[in-house]
Amino acid sequence: MQFFFEVLIGGLLAGVMYSLVALGFVLIYKASGVFNFAQGAMVYFAALTTVGFMSKGAPFWLAAALALAAMVALAFLTERVVLRPLVNQPQITLFMATIGLTFFIEGVAQLTWGAQVYALDLGVTDEPIGWLMDRSGMNISRFDLVASGIAAALVAVLALFFNKTRTGRALRAVADDHQAALAVGISLQKIWVIVWTTAGFVALVTGLLWGARNGVQFALTFLALKALPVLVLGGFDSIAGAIVGGLIVGASEKLAEVYIGPYVGGGIESWFPYVLALGFLLVRPEGLFGERRIDRV
Amino acid sequence: MLYRETGQFKTGYAADQQLFPIRQDRIAVVALLVVAFLGVPLAALTPGLAGAIDFNYWFNGVLIPFLIFSLAALGLNILTGYAGLLSLGTAAFMAVGAFAAYNFELRLPGIPMLLSFILAGVVAALVGVVFGLPSLRIRGFYLAVATLAAQFFVVWALTKFAWFSNYSSSGVITAQKMVVFGYAFDTPVRRYLLVLAIVCVMALAAKNMVRGAVGRAWMAVRDMDVAAEVVGIPIMKTKLLAFAISSFYCGVAGALYAFAYLGTVEPAGFELELSFRILFMIIIGGVGSILGSFLGAAFIVLLPIFLDLSATSIERGFGLALPAGLVSNLTLIIFGALIVFFLVVEPLGLARLWQIAKEKLRLWPFPH
Repeated sequence: MQFFFEVLIGGLLAGVMYSLVALGFVLIYKASGVFNFAQGAMVYFAALTTVGFMSKGAPFWLAAALALAAMVALAFLTERVVLRPLVNQPQITLFMATIGLTFFIEGVAQLTWGAQVYALDLGVTDEPIGWLMDRSGMNISRFDLVASGIAAALVAVLALFFNKTRTGRALRAVADDHQAALAVGISLQKIWVIVWTTAGFVALVTGLLWGARNGVQFALTFLALKALPVLVLGGFDSIAGAIVGGLIVGASEKLAEVYIGPYVGGGIESWFPYVLALGFLLVRPEGLFGERRIDRV
Repeated sequence: MLYRETGQFKTGYAADQQLFPIRQDRIAVVALLVVAFLGVPLAALTPGLAGAIDFNYWFNGVLIPFLIFSLAALGLNILTGYAGLLSLGTAAFMAVGAFAAYNFELRLPGIPMLLSFILAGVVAALVGVVFGLPSLRIRGFYLAVATLAAQFFVVWALTKFAWFSNYSSSGVITAQKMVVFGYAFDTPVRRYLLVLAIVCVMALAAKNMVRGAVGRAWMAVRDMDVAAEVVGIPIMKTKLLAFAISSFYCGVAGALYAFAYLGTVEPAGFELELSFRILFMIIIGGVGSILGSFLGAAFIVLLPIFLDLSATSIERGFGLALPAGLVSNLTLIIFGALIVFFLVVEPLGLARLWQIAKEKLRLWPFPH
């Protein structure tokens, strides 16, 4: 039973990291209806820019600020070059455009900083917490706990931003109804830049946390794929859904790997979340917190 | 002035409904087929030309992959373009086709090659129907994620269960020799001709399918499934049929990919990357267009070759050696930028550009 809890908690904490990636997707999907496949590439780009500047001798805070500036520039560029000309196109076209954007970002990132793996040290060690190990014998990493703390703080900041500020209200208005938002004088272009910047900021935090754990490397771009079942479970347009979905995916994939894996030869983590999401969709096609669609003929 | 249908009168329904109602189109298609079936192989066999042009490279590196990817794009276009069901699992269905054909050849000695290709398509179709079942309840991007389940599951299963690859150590299979009716298709020219014949037959079938009752049912479901249901189109049958036929095309394409193109394949060769490439083909070529599948495949196959060539010629021209990473990253950047550029300029793809060009041509040299 204790082992079960250890796996469960480890999975939940890993799930927090998935939630962070999914969060970036949800922000953009809510505000612009774009399914942004480039989120994974943005995570990589942000983390790589930070460690790149650090390797040139910049202190951590400066490097992170410069990376954030790069994400803002990317947001402006994306709005101007990709989103504005493609406004009112079907969703699949925009989705494809973000895949093109993915290639572009990956190319630029590697061209600027090289393709090697960078180590990133945030000052938090990835080792079991001593007193918890002594008391209950459970192996919970300190890093995981700190990461979840940061994630919680990030979500709290975002919630405040969305609910308490003027810009946040404008963002929610756009998410609710583009045309009505335009009618009351909200500039769509400005909102898009803001929301892509916010997603860039989330990508930066995600990239730093993942990078500190696994090294900043190209594999970070595959995080986008990990986020997809999370999104399906939680619904594309719900921030709460992204968090809950991430926790469910993290916990269930670890449990499945431990308890089902041995019977089928292991390695089922690669597809289990998708099949879980698939089964879930059959029961609730709009996800846990997604908006229910009403068909009109 | 050349391309004008003035004076071509239709005197019956058959004439009105034929595949290419305009005479110039018919002539062009026949000419294209003659060049593809006779001109290209004859040129390759002419001793003088064979020395000047590296035909093996053209067959193995350009023409055969182009034809095979066209077939896969055709399959995806049936599903995504005509039935409106977005799929990211194309490579998985190709993998099923490749490994099924290999196993049919391996375990049923003496089975005719073409039959094992067809059976491979059928197996892929069955897998497609199973993973298509969720499409009855979900749509749009949720469905795309559901097809990702197929993508990851199939690659995992092919890697994990060694039976599929006949217990080879790394999951790599080596395709058997292609022998059809006692005739060995072993040289590049012969493999090209076999692939070309298969692709032509299947493209013709697809063209006829999408303009018949089946295709109209798909398009009705695509445009508004509730309305389609109201007018009496069986949604379940239509959607699953789209999945089955699309997967059949992808399965055959996968079998050809293994047997006629690469020779040896492994499950990891059918990663998501390949699915995306085929999705790019139909987006750039034109969603919901048979011609678009071919144009898109040509574009995606030729673009990296073209970028590579220009990189080497720049290197030669300026006498400098570019670092390897630079070229591959620049290729990535240009590729990404071109995709965005194409989507911005013509979201309906190359097929739409071709259509516009034809309309302009009909009026030329007059403006109206």
